[in-house]
Order: sequence, then structure tokens, then C-alpha cells
Amino acid sequence: MEFLNALVLLSNFVLIPAISYGSQLALGALGVTLIYGILRFSNFAHGDTMAFGAMFTILFTWLLQSWGISIAPLPTALLAMPFGIIVCIGLVLGTDRAVYQFYRQQKAAPVIYLIASMGVMFITNGIVRFIIGPNDQKFADGERFIIKARTFKQMTGLSEGLSIKVSQGITVFVTVVAVLILFWFLNKTRTGKSMRAYSDNEDLALLSGINPDRVVMVAWVITAILATIAGSLYGLDKSFKPFTYLQLLLPIFAAAIVGGLGSPIGAIAGGFVIAFSEIMVTYAYKKFLKYLVPEGWEPDTLVQLLSTDYKFAVSFLILLLVLLFRPTGIFGGRSV
Amino acid sequence: MIYILGLIALGLMTRALFPNLVGLQPLTDTARNISYFVVMTLLIIIVGQLQSWNVALALVNLCLISSIMALGVNIQWGYAGLLNVGIMGFAALGGVAAVLIAADPITDAWSAGALGIFVAFIIAVVTVMAAMYTYRTMPKSNARGLAVFVIVILGILLARSFYGPAATAIEKIDPAASGYLGGLGLPIILAWPVGGLLAGLAAWVIGKVALGLRSDYLAIATLGIAEIIVAIIKHEDWLTRGVKNVSGLPRPVPYEIDLQQTQWFLDLAEKWGQNPATMSSIFVKLCYAALFTIVLLLILWLSQKALNSPWGRMMRAIRDNEISANAMGKNIVARHLQVFVLGSIVVGIAGAMLTTLDGQLTPGTYQPLRFTFLIWVMVILGGSGNNWGAVLGGFVVWFFWIQAEPIGLWLMDTITAGMSDDNALRKHLLESAAHMRLMTMGIILLVVLRFSPRGLIPEK
Repeated sequence: MEFLNALVLLSNFVLIPAISYGSQLALGALGVTLIYGILRFSNFAHGDTMAFGAMFTILFTWLLQSWGISIAPLPTALLAMPFGIIVCIGLVLGTDRAVYQFYRQQKAAPVIYLIASMGVMFITNGIVRFIIGPNDQKFADGERFIIKARTFKQMTGLSEGLSIKVSQGITVFVTVVAVLILFWFLNKTRTGKSMRAYSDNEDLALLSGINPDRVVMVAWVITAILATIAGSLYGLDKSFKPFTYLQLLLPIFAAAIVGGLGSPIGAIAGGFVIAFSEIMVTYAYKKFLKYLVPEGWEPDTLVQLLSTDYKFAVSFLILLLVLLFRPTGIFGGRSV
Repeated sequence: MIYILGLIALGLMTRALFPNLVGLQPLTDTARNISYFVVMTLLIIIVGQLQSWNVALALVNLCLISSIMALGVNIQWGYAGLLNVGIMGFAALGGVAAVLIAADPITDAWSAGALGIFVAFIIAVVTVMAAMYTYRTMPKSNARGLAVFVIVILGILLARSFYGPAATAIEKIDPAASGYLGGLGLPIILAWPVGGLLAGLAAWVIGKVALGLRSDYLAIATLGIAEIIVAIIKHEDWLTRGVKNVSGLPRPVPYEIDLQQTQWFLDLAEKWGQNPATMSSIFVKLCYAALFTIVLLLILWLSQKALNSPWGRMMRAIRDNEISANAMGKNIVARHLQVFVLGSIVVGIAGAMLTTLDGQLTPGTYQPLRFTFLIWVMVILGGSGNNWGAVLGGFVVWFFWIQAEPIGLWLMDTITAGMSDDNALRKHLLESAAHMRLMTMGIILLVVLRFSPRGLIPEK
């Protein structure tokens, strides 16, 4: 019993939050890694692209709510997401045309793209703050929990409760579907194959008649879809605030690098590595140990490795370790 | 008067930037650069006339500090092509130095918890050394990984058991007024080099790890370290009081209130027919401006010397072609590390100066958009690789960063003038005018990068 309680406690506070946070990071990192594979630069504007997509999802959610349309018990945001995605695709294709296309023709160094992406970040951030303001926005509706802690306790008779939020369930479900579709697309369709070929060897791909403009366009479209989904899910799960998306940039980059820049499977693995370490290192194990150790041995401190204020430090430390020992990442991405 | 000045500025600027527009030959480089600085001076004079001299001088002081930061980034990006996206962190370290050097020591707090903090620090250092020793000496195996893991976890828990109570004890001592260790109580000018030193140390660690890999990694690593440094400053109350701010840092210049009671100052004010209160505040700002100008000129002189020395030529050779420079026997990673540390030192000095000017450390104000990306716009706009360009960029960008808000507000007000006062759209637009400057900076960055990548004052 004690052991089961400990297990439930750990699932409730570590496992479930880490899985949903990891899914959000994985989706974000997939976008970063895709742009890196095709356009060969680290897109600093990605966090704000996520915020932009999420913002339009929120606006459409409010519109649908005002019309009285809902898909309860699911949140209305799910219905609004496709509209958000369309607007976000418009944004990234617009920025590509206005900004990045020129540097592609110039064959500019990756660093120049990176600086240009900082400019795009500024503008996107400005637009988001301009339209929706810098404050917290709530847009979750419908049912809140799949399992409530109290119901779980009554069901099992354990003293620890397990609660799963609807947003967490949706996050995992949507991520699995999105990733399955993405991998099917990359591995089975003609366009997907040409994208992988372009990513592996640009010159060879061009020689075999692959249209680079089309590859780049598809890459941006996929990135916009992933970014909007990731941004909306994160907003649904926690809350939407433009500034937090800027701060998500670090864990997302860390996830993409841990997995190996340019490797989609690595981005997913990296997302979960970062999420699990972040939550495991900042969790206080006092209560957990209390269930496991014999009477009288309970620790009197929190048994917390790092205070939650430093969760960014975790992704940063992992990033440093990877750079020190395996700069190409776990799945051996490229290192140009 | 203002209109005449404005017209002169506009004319000079057009003449310098778009000579074909007025059908004249382009200016020589020197004449063009001088006209840029003249226009900048005129703009500041206009602000002085239009708003007040206090506002204008406050603007100049921050422009000077921004220029120094831009010089530091120019050393990294312009000389060597290194991308530092963590300028905020290095500037914040400078601010910490100002607190550690100049704030009054809190003796009670020292006796309450300094020992615990020190022990925790020693344990942390010993843990890292033990982990590294184990990693180096044991053969590669699962046992090695496990051993290192156990050492690190035990070390952290042990260090925290000393650190936690000590930090709490320190924070408990008069939390409303102090609740931290305080500083050394030394003159705050000393904090400027110390701030540079701290920033240089952090840069050395980051550079050691991230240099020699692909260029993006340095950018991302610096982004990370900046976030962490600011997080530490925000949350370690025993060190920097966290979000409670350390205010009332001593000044290197006289206080207004003292000046207003000094006889010679009152006589002078009377002689010039000025209000002593306004004049004292202008006098203090002038003192700051003089100090900052000295530092700026010193750093500018050193940077120019370095750029035109064999060392500077070597750096540019490495930047332009790493492979051939490497073939000539240059150690690229070592030179990059050197230049990265040097640039960060300059940023750290500027950060300490900024905290000195504010008289307080406010961790909540360290935001990447203001401290990192804005400095980037300065360097790119001014002209990467050119020190004068960085200085000019610092002035121009800071000027418009501050003035964009009144301009944006005025613009929004004009656009929506037809709407009634309680119109929701008009209200929203007026409230959002502040966010216009982010967009403006982004647009400036992109436009310069595309149409004039060499900036206002191009590298020679």
C-alpha cells in the first residue's frame, strides 16, 4: 500500500506533468529542428511564432464562444485551432517572402539568417503584444478534469490522489496524432521524401530535380502547424502570456540540440529528456520518501535538488553537458 | 529656434544619407560621419528645448552607457563574428558587482549566515572536483556513470543542507530594510572594473564550452546563461535581495540635496538666475555624463588601438576565413575565447555603470528585449566592425527607443482623432502604443540588414 501510494504520488506530480510538458516541448523542438534541417539556421523567432499562433487560436475561441458554439466537454480551443493554424501559416510564409527569401538568393551565412530571425522575433512579439496585450489570458473551457484526485481516492482507497487534467490528456493525444502524421508524411509521401533528401544533401537534391522553393514552403507550413499546436496546447495547459513563450525558447533549443539538430526523432526524445529532468530535479521528494523509508527515518528537509525558480537552469545544464560530451546530440544530427 | 534646428538636422541627414536625392556628390567618409554626430547632437538639443534639459541629459547618460555596451558587442560580433545573445546576463553581472562592492555591509547577516553559505560553496566546489576526478580516473563503464551521478546528487543535497538554513537566517534579519549580506562599502567606481571581471569570468566558462562548435551553439548557450544569471539575481534574496531591489547605492557624484545647501552652488544659481533645484539635478547629471564620457573615450581608444594592431588584423582574418587563418597557424578557438571574454568585460563594465546611474539594482528590469536585442540593433545599425559606428548606433537607437513612445502615442492619437474618446478601438490603440517600439526596432533591424548591411558607418 505504502509503495502504491508513493507510486501514485510520483505519477501525479512528476510523470503526468512531465509527459504533457514534454509533448509541448517536443512539438516546439520539431519546428526548430525542421527549419534547421531545411534552411540551416536556428530560428529564434520560433517561440514568438508559437505565441502568435496561440493568440489567433484564442481570438477564434472567443469568437466561437460568443456565438455559443462549443464542443463540450472538450475545450472550444480545439475547434479554433485550425483557424489559428491558417493565420500562422500566413505569417510564416509572409516573413519567408519578405525576409528569408532574399538571403537564400544571396546564399548568406547561417549567422545572418539568425540575426534576421531576431528581427522577425521583435516584430512578431510586438504584433502579439499589440493585439492581445502583455497580460495573462484564460481561454480554457469545457470539462477541467479527466480524473479528479478525490474520485481516484474513492475508487482505489489509496491516500494519495491522482488527477489528470483534460488539457493534459488532449496535449498527449494531439501530440501523438501530429507526430504520427508528420512521420508518415516525411517517410511515405513524395514531398516528404524530397524534404529529407534536401536536408541530407542540398546539392544532390537539386541535381535530381527537387524544387527548393517548394521544399522550403512546405517546411514553413509544417513549422507553422506544429508551432500553433504547441503554443495553443501550452496556453491551454498552463496559461497564455506572451512573455513566457520567449522563455520557452531555451528549453526548446535545448531539446532540439540534445536530440541532435535536424533530427525529428531526436527532437521528440529531446523534448521528453528536458521535460523529465526539469520536473524531476525541481520536485521535492520528502513526501515520496516518507512512504518508502521505515518509520523514524523520514528526512526533515524537502529533498529537493534545485528550487523551482531555476527550472531554466536544468535545460541549460543539460545543454552544456551535451555540448561538452556529444555536440551532435543523442541521435547524431548534423554539426555544420 | 526649434524649427530652425530641426530643419538643419533634417537637411544634414538627407545630405549625408541620400546625396543623389538632392543632386549632390556623396560626402567624404569623414564629413559624412561628422554630420551623423552633428545631427545626433542637434536632436538632443531639440529634446532639451522641447521637453527639458533634465530629460535630455538623462537621455544622454543612457546613450553613453548603451554606446559602451554596443562597443563590447561590436568587439565580439564586428571583430570576430561571434554571436552573443546573452548581453543581458553580462550586464546584470555588472549590476551585481555594484551591489557587492558599494552597498553597506550588514554585520548581523554576516554573523548569521555567511559561514553556512561559505561551507555550502566549498562543498559545491569539492563535489565538482570529485566528480571530475572520478570521471577521469575510472575506466569507462556503467559504474563510472553511476559513481559520478551519486557523487553529484549527494554533493548537492549536502550543500543544500548548509545553504538552506544559512540563506533563511540571513533573509530573516530585518527583511524590510536589508535581509541580505550587503556589500563591502567601497567606492562604487571600483565596481566598474569588478563588474567587467565578473562578466569576463562568466564569458570564459561559456566560451570554453561553446566555442569551437558551430556558431549557433554559442548563441543558444549565451541565451541560456543570461536567463540563469537573471534568475539567480531575482531569487537569491540573501545575495541581492531579489525582487525587493537594493536601493540607495552610494553615488560617485554629489547628491542634489547637498548641493542645494552648499553656498557656492546657491550663489552660482542666483548669478545665472536659475532655480537651485533644477540646476542641482542638471549638475548631477552632467557629472555622470562626464564620468561616462571618460570611460567611453578610454574604451573607444583602446578598441581602436586593438583593431588597428596586428592582433586586430588577425581577428578580422579569422572572421573572414577561418580555414585559411587556421592554415596560417592561428589558434582560432583560443583567439575566439579571448575576444569573447574581452567583449563581455566591456559589457559588464557598462552594466555596472548603469546600476550606478540608477542608484539601485532592480532585477525585474532585466529583460532580454531591452538588454540583448536592443544592443544588437545598435551594433547592426551603427555598422558592425566599426567602433565609431557602435557608438553612433548606441546613441541613435537609444534616442529613438525612448522617444518612440511619445512619437507613437502622438501618431495613434492623430490616427484615431476622429473617434470618440470612449471608443474601444481608440483606447486599445492608445494603450498599445508602447508595444510599437518593439515592432519599430524589429523593422529597423531587418531593413538595415537587408538594404544596408554595412550600417551607417561601414567598416573600413
